[in-house]
Amino acid sequence: MIKRSKSLLLLLAACFLAIAGCGQSNNQTAGTDGGAAKPQTNASAPEPKETKPVEITFYYPVNVGGPLTKVIDNMAGTFMEKHPDIKVNPVYTGNYGDNTVKIQAGIQAKQPPDVAVMMSTELYGMLDMNAIIPLDDLIAKDADIQMADFYPAFMEDTQSEGKTYSIPFQRSTIVMYYNKEMFKAAGLDPEKPPATWDELVSYAQKLNKDGHAGLEIPGNDDSYWMFQMLARQNASDPKQNIMSSDGKKVMFDTPENVQALQFWLDLSHKHKAMPEGVIDWAAVPTDFIEGKTAMMMHTSGNLTNVKNNAKFDFGVAFPPAQKQFGSPTGGGNLYIFKDTTPEKQAAAWEFVKYMTSPEQAALFSSSSGYVGVRKSAYDTEAMKKYTADFPQALVARDQLQYAFRELSTHNHGKVSTAITNQIQAALAGKTDAAGALKKAQEEADQALAPFNK
Amino acid sequence: MGAGWTGKLKRNGFGWGLILPSLLFLCLFTYYPMLKAAWLSLYEQNLATPEPVFVGLGNYANLLKDPVFLKVFGNNIWFAVGTVPASLGLAFLMALFADKAIKGRAIARLAFFYPNMIPMIAVANIWLFLYTPHFGLFARLAAWIADQPVNLLGTPDTVMGALIVMMIWKEAGYFMIFYLAGMQQIPKDLYEAAAVHGVGTWASIRRITIPLTMPTTLFVAVIAVTNSFKLVDHLWIMTKGGPNHASNLLLYYIYETSFNFYDQGMAAAMTVVMIALLLLISSLQFFGWDRKIHYE
Repeated sequence: MIKRSKSLLLLLAACFLAIAGCGQSNNQTAGTDGGAAKPQTNASAPEPKETKPVEITFYYPVNVGGPLTKVIDNMAGTFMEKHPDIKVNPVYTGNYGDNTVKIQAGIQAKQPPDVAVMMSTELYGMLDMNAIIPLDDLIAKDADIQMADFYPAFMEDTQSEGKTYSIPFQRSTIVMYYNKEMFKAAGLDPEKPPATWDELVSYAQKLNKDGHAGLEIPGNDDSYWMFQMLARQNASDPKQNIMSSDGKKVMFDTPENVQALQFWLDLSHKHKAMPEGVIDWAAVPTDFIEGKTAMMMHTSGNLTNVKNNAKFDFGVAFPPAQKQFGSPTGGGNLYIFKDTTPEKQAAAWEFVKYMTSPEQAALFSSSSGYVGVRKSAYDTEAMKKYTADFPQALVARDQLQYAFRELSTHNHGKVSTAITNQIQAALAGKTDAAGALKKAQEEADQALAPFNK
Repeated sequence: MGAGWTGKLKRNGFGWGLILPSLLFLCLFTYYPMLKAAWLSLYEQNLATPEPVFVGLGNYANLLKDPVFLKVFGNNIWFAVGTVPASLGLAFLMALFADKAIKGRAIARLAFFYPNMIPMIAVANIWLFLYTPHFGLFARLAAWIADQPVNLLGTPDTVMGALIVMMIWKEAGYFMIFYLAGMQQIPKDLYEAAAVHGVGTWASIRRITIPLTMPTTLFVAVIAVTNSFKLVDHLWIMTKGGPNHASNLLLYYIYETSFNFYDQGMAAAMTVVMIALLLLISSLQFFGWDRKIHYE
């Protein structure tokens, strides 16, 4: 009996230890999330401020090839050297999708990161969840941020109803990469990429041989991005987009948009210039680097990846125009979150300013291929040297005058899935362009109905 | 009386103490989330309604009207039909081989089991490569058969088949281990007796091996069916449920609804449907088929 109760006691003790251990490790993870730091700051409030630096957590995703995490971690490191009173915990969160899920979970647990890079298209979702703060007061108080220096095409999607909610950071546009050696082999001038849709078709047909494709346009992830590009190129109104600026309406099934989608389908089905079916987003740059396609439409964010890995001479150009040039912008902005303390928000703002300062924007752009988010970034010595050796890097910036806002709406997940799936159905030959866009319009209208009451 | 009571308490207490750690975690990570999901499924909660609104069974009614859900559910049934019998049959054959093979027995077992030692995500990436148009092995094979380039994962008609083939490859080796264990439990003298009476190899497999591995078959079948409803990682890497939901399965759609659409109520309702389905399948083992099987 005694033995038994002893062992029972032991067991119970082991259980409690296990539970205590759990609790501890929970606290630790919460610490890296920045949540557990809250009570600490409160406890240290009476002490002099210098002893305890403000600690902020910074979430960021990486969506392109190449070791970008190192670059961003180093930027955070140099920031802390300059601001010893602020400690930044950079957390790499995977791709944009994973990143949003983690932030979302944090918001629901009332432990969001203090500052994060997030898709520009998340704006309305974050507003609906009441998760982010407007930055206008911080901008107004601060002389050195100089908002006019940021490219207007990138500022478009930071704003809603006259307020600014984020600062452009990791931004891109769609560019066309082409293999100059394949151009030569096909008897095309490698310095003259196709500039119109007709040229694109005839070039791609000439290039589609010897076991490689003439052209690839990815169609699985966010195919609406590519669709937006084609739609704008085919639009007679130079400012036309596929959604309203307040994110409450979409205009998918216009005749011009149907033509644009039809052109995409024709590239593979009619002109035989592109592989049929839905082409994988991540496979396209790999195909290009390995010589499986002569041209590709992809994000400018992959520039450094292509530069470092392509063993041939390649060119970068604007995607060809039909009625006009055009490309949506893409990528992420820096957001500051609610549900933290004012000190943390102030520290986060310092960090945002530093990360988007001309020198840092130049550094980030030259090591990733993303566009420098502000004009003065291109005046820095580092950037001048980089672009002199590698003029391809200037194409995306030059295209910004034709750039416009990526599809951003309320209920963005449902709206973007509606259009993405219908485009996929059309690419796979299951429906025609008009039918696909009509269906996408209906689904999106339904998803947006609660926001139009 | 009193002494008996304390004695009972001590004895039962010891038992409870033993299961307490597992019970604790089971409650925390299984029962509590299940009940919470059932509770949440009665509320409408999404981006348009951040404050939950009680809707009763409204979410379930909406599920029946959601064409994507119906499609995903149908997909999942086809996926189960495609993977379960084939991977069981293959596992049985591989186990027969690995059981009998004299030379290279260890190599055979290793070769059959190794798909299960690679992490799921790595598996998905390998298969993504095999299916890559133009230069993936299977893509070339398909192109040779169809006489034109085929985008196996990018075409709604082929994507499900491509996933089923991958799943069979992955699961069969795992199930083989169970069959191998089952076959080694069968007394050797049964086979010897059969051989003495002049029974051929095929007949002895049919009359001895298959009936005596039935408990294994049942167990593995239940695991296989539940696995086919729990697939999510490969979809995430390989197709994201596309193109146009052609390869979307239940668990991935729940994930999408919850984390891409932030529609908590609908996601919870689908979770409940899925839990009910999985419970139903497992209970068939306990209450139905189990009694009809011959245990030695």
